[in-house]
Amino acid sequence: MNFAVLQFPASNCDQDALHVVKGVLGHAGRLVWHKENSLAGFDAVIIPGGFSYGDYLRTGAIARFSPIMQSVQQFAANGGPVLGICNGFQILCEAQLLPGALVRNRSLQFRCEHILMRTATADSPFSNKIPPGKIMRVPIAHGEGCYFAEEPALEKLKNNAQILFQYCDSAGELTELSNPNGSLLNIAGICNEARNVAGLMPHPERASESVLGCDDGRLVFESMVSWMENRLAKAA
Amino acid sequence: MTEPAITPELVKKHNLTEEEYGKIKSILGREPSYTELGVFSVMWSEHCSYKNTRPLLKTFPTKSPRILVGAGEENAGIIDIGDGLAIAFKIESHNHPSAVEPFQGAATGVGGIIRDIFTMGARPVCALNSLRFGPIEGNGNAANNRRLFGGVVSGIAHYGNCFGIPTLAGEVYFDKSYEGNPLVNAFCLGVLRHEQIARGAAKGIGNPVFYVGPATGRDGLAGAAFASQDLTEESADRQRGAVQVGDPFMEKLVCEACLELLATDAVAGIQDMGAAGLTCSTCETAARAGTGIEIELAKVPQRAPNMTPYEIMLSESQERMLIIVQAGRAHEVQRIFEKWDLPWAEIGRVTDTGQMVVKFNGNVVVDIPAKKLADEAPVYHRESREPAYLQAVRAFSADSLPPSADLAGDLKRLLAWPTIASKNWVYRQYDHMVRDGTVVCPGSDAAVLRIKADSVPESAADKTAPVLEKYIALSVDCNATYVYLDPYEGAKIAVAEAARNLACSGAAPLGTTDNLNFGNPHNPELFWQLSESVRGLAEACRAFSAPVTGGNCSLYNQSPNGPIDPTPTVAMVGLIEKPEHITTQWFKDEGDAVLLLGEAADSSDPLRGLGGSAYLQCVHGLKTGVPPRCDLEKESQLHHTLLGLIHCGLVKSAHDCSEGGLAAALAESCMSRQIARETPQLLGATIDLTEGAPEKTSAEALLFGESQGRVIISVAAGNVVKVVERAKILGVPARRIGTVGGNELTIKISCGEIKCPVAELHDLWWNAIARAMS
Amino acid sequence: MKAKIIVTPKKAVVDPQGKTVQGALEHMGYKGIGAVHVGKYLEIELPDSDKEMWRKQIDEACHKILSNPVIEDYRFDIE
Repeated sequence: MNFAVLQFPASNCDQDALHVVKGVLGHAGRLVWHKENSLAGFDAVIIPGGFSYGDYLRTGAIARFSPIMQSVQQFAANGGPVLGICNGFQILCEAQLLPGALVRNRSLQFRCEHILMRTATADSPFSNKIPPGKIMRVPIAHGEGCYFAEEPALEKLKNNAQILFQYCDSAGELTELSNPNGSLLNIAGICNEARNVAGLMPHPERASESVLGCDDGRLVFESMVSWMENRLAKAA
Repeated sequence: MTEPAITPELVKKHNLTEEEYGKIKSILGREPSYTELGVFSVMWSEHCSYKNTRPLLKTFPTKSPRILVGAGEENAGIIDIGDGLAIAFKIESHNHPSAVEPFQGAATGVGGIIRDIFTMGARPVCALNSLRFGPIEGNGNAANNRRLFGGVVSGIAHYGNCFGIPTLAGEVYFDKSYEGNPLVNAFCLGVLRHEQIARGAAKGIGNPVFYVGPATGRDGLAGAAFASQDLTEESADRQRGAVQVGDPFMEKLVCEACLELLATDAVAGIQDMGAAGLTCSTCETAARAGTGIEIELAKVPQRAPNMTPYEIMLSESQERMLIIVQAGRAHEVQRIFEKWDLPWAEIGRVTDTGQMVVKFNGNVVVDIPAKKLADEAPVYHRESREPAYLQAVRAFSADSLPPSADLAGDLKRLLAWPTIASKNWVYRQYDHMVRDGTVVCPGSDAAVLRIKADSVPESAADKTAPVLEKYIALSVDCNATYVYLDPYEGAKIAVAEAARNLACSGAAPLGTTDNLNFGNPHNPELFWQLSESVRGLAEACRAFSAPVTGGNCSLYNQSPNGPIDPTPTVAMVGLIEKPEHITTQWFKDEGDAVLLLGEAADSSDPLRGLGGSAYLQCVHGLKTGVPPRCDLEKESQLHHTLLGLIHCGLVKSAHDCSEGGLAAALAESCMSRQIARETPQLLGATIDLTEGAPEKTSAEALLFGESQGRVIISVAAGNVVKVVERAKILGVPARRIGTVGGNELTIKISCGEIKCPVAELHDLWWNAIARAMS
Repeated sequence: MKAKIIVTPKKAVVDPQGKTVQGALEHMGYKGIGAVHVGKYLEIELPDSDKEMWRKQIDEACHKILSNPVIEDYRFDIE
């Protein structure tokens, strides 16, 4: 598979995502500069974490107007898988490829720590390899990761099983204490209605190798690969 | 435009003495211009010239076969880590700016040290910091201390997180002496290949000189010139402009653009504009290359209207770089800086005159021999005298202490004492995992970082060889109470503790960078603290083969209440041979044996480690007593033995005993692993300390004394005999003191026992700072 | 001419910053105050002509980029 990892000014988890795609999973990939305007030849797109445009104005607000985001819209419309991590999630919400928005953490502080989360559904390109009931240990690092959407939008997310990941405790319960930022419904990650665009605040690319203490995050990338292989097989 | 006339008052306002002014006149062979006076005053400040400390700094060990760029040669030292890779690292203070404006002061401190590292051609891959504040608990001054502490931490977080550098480790102490004068020392480490080392030298006569980065404003202008002017509207405006504002987004772009440019071979020399901005970068690059440099200030991008040459030369606007480009390669600068949407300007050229010439609209405003300005600052041998307060310190005896009525209560108080308590309130605000290299997060004795292919700047394709993964450990330490009570021993301990932390993580030292935070060197007692500390640092760095590769001096740290405790902060970097050697401080499995390496207490110390201890300070409100002794030979033996045991795969956890003594170290071993948010790993232990302590060791001293040279390890029960025997062969006392297991920490001593649920200890220790701050 | 734009969080959105400021004010003795909303203020310098055209442009910019309609409201004046 060939992954595009988008690079905005001050993306800073771009190398990390590329490292996992190439170095850990052994797939092809390259950084795609935000001024480029084609995603031809890529099977998947990762919008990595960071502080694109210094988080000025609002997180993700300026990046969404970069030329490459036109191509991402098209790529997504064609059914290609797009994964936004952290700042990438924020950009996807600003670009209205995902519903809702990410606002300031309840604590008003940046939070970097490991969290526990569980998948709410294996029915997505990003979670199909995750065993049911699996509690994943993955780091977060954000100041604005509190997921917000108005009630009707939230209902829709629930009804369509668009909630992919939720913060939980070690027993798998969706508790207040396990929620690091105040997200509604303990939401850590969601997908769009068509299920091919997802955003999550935790960083699976920082939890994809046992030397870093945890490789649960790798399941997210392996899910993407497996989904793409199926898609290609069906097309053939 | 007319410049003010030079008067004795003006010279004095620039912090230059009459003799120094005389020296300036003899260098120039004439009176300096106003701008030249400003240039000399910043270049001959302690910060740039080390005029008070240079003779002392010469005593540091600075050589080893691994050192590629040594102390004082460039912006940062560089050490070989094998397989063609090297690391550049340095620590620097931003104390005074942080006292004025904690958020921006700390943020720009981080920005400055990151620039020092990528200036060397290295990719910045991790940051550390060492912080000191007044006490944060209670009312009164504590409210302001909390404001400073909170502001500094969020400033560091803001800059580091946005830049995308993991802030991996640090230390925070709270003590009355820092009230009004907090310390903010920031460290950065970068990685590069040997052939990628960039030099801050203006090489190649005729080469163009470029300015890159944001426009120059009146930021951080040396207060000297304006402080005593009447507050007119114009000067008020200038004062407001005096706080430097950091822009980590800009720094990230400047860093990426500079590394991309360095990969083209178009760069002849590069230097950041840090303290003294354009002044320091132009004269130092010329002095290093033995060339001259000529710049035109009208070409310098300016943010504020009507800036004078004086202001442009002395501005400390952030995120700016000076780049000397090979003739004919200017188009590459243009291409790369336009890609990153960054301002750039060609402002001058390298000359063969040896002079630093600055023009403003064609008129010469500065014409100074560059080498004399950069390298011939006056050097002072200050008067030194042992401080009077040491008499009382030495007279202190533990006999005067009432015996403790509640040892378990004392342990709880110590664990909740902000200096000992978990610093998670701090490091959870720092992104400590970005760049996918953090193997051991903050919260163990030393942080461990993996260096991999993308840690190294890209270089021209034909030079790209595969990068072999490396693991380095980092620690920053200084117990300034010890240094205050005995500067020589205290400084040795700072180095020994850093080295011990590395050993506990499985690393052997590579090198050291130090930040000397002291009071006014004109005060003989304070200068004595400084010179004794340097003696201790130098001796200890030799003993651990951890040469000093550079650092920073921050003198004049005092508030109206008096000087700070002398604080020679030591940051040490070590190499871990294999990933399987990486060791953490927390207990791993029930049933493992707990062993003590080293003596239970130092029998040669009458206070048995209670002098200057956290116990005396926290429980008895006393900051006195002769601090623990540091036997460098024994200490070094301990580190080698521990590393040997780790290399054999025998050690499951290792934790150094420091503040709070054995009891605090045992408690930390039980509870310091954090699996995830709100999910600590709590593992109790049953410990027996009834035997093995030297005679006349009180229960308090045994539990809370801070004798040096001690490490608590845990090993599989079946390996105890093997470990004890190996340690004894190497001359290090080793004794089993207990077993891991249960929910409680139980410590038996001859007069009774301490028994505490680990969950309770964890709550006190983990949440103490958050409670103080809320 | 200047456009003066005020962006505020929507009432439905949690505003921890506003809550914290409110708490601090009450703590300092400003009793009886209600909810605090912390927003953003932007000032954009414009040429002194064609106010109506600029009104349309600024409204569009507010909607498109200067605010996020999911979480924020805006209002502005041109003077």
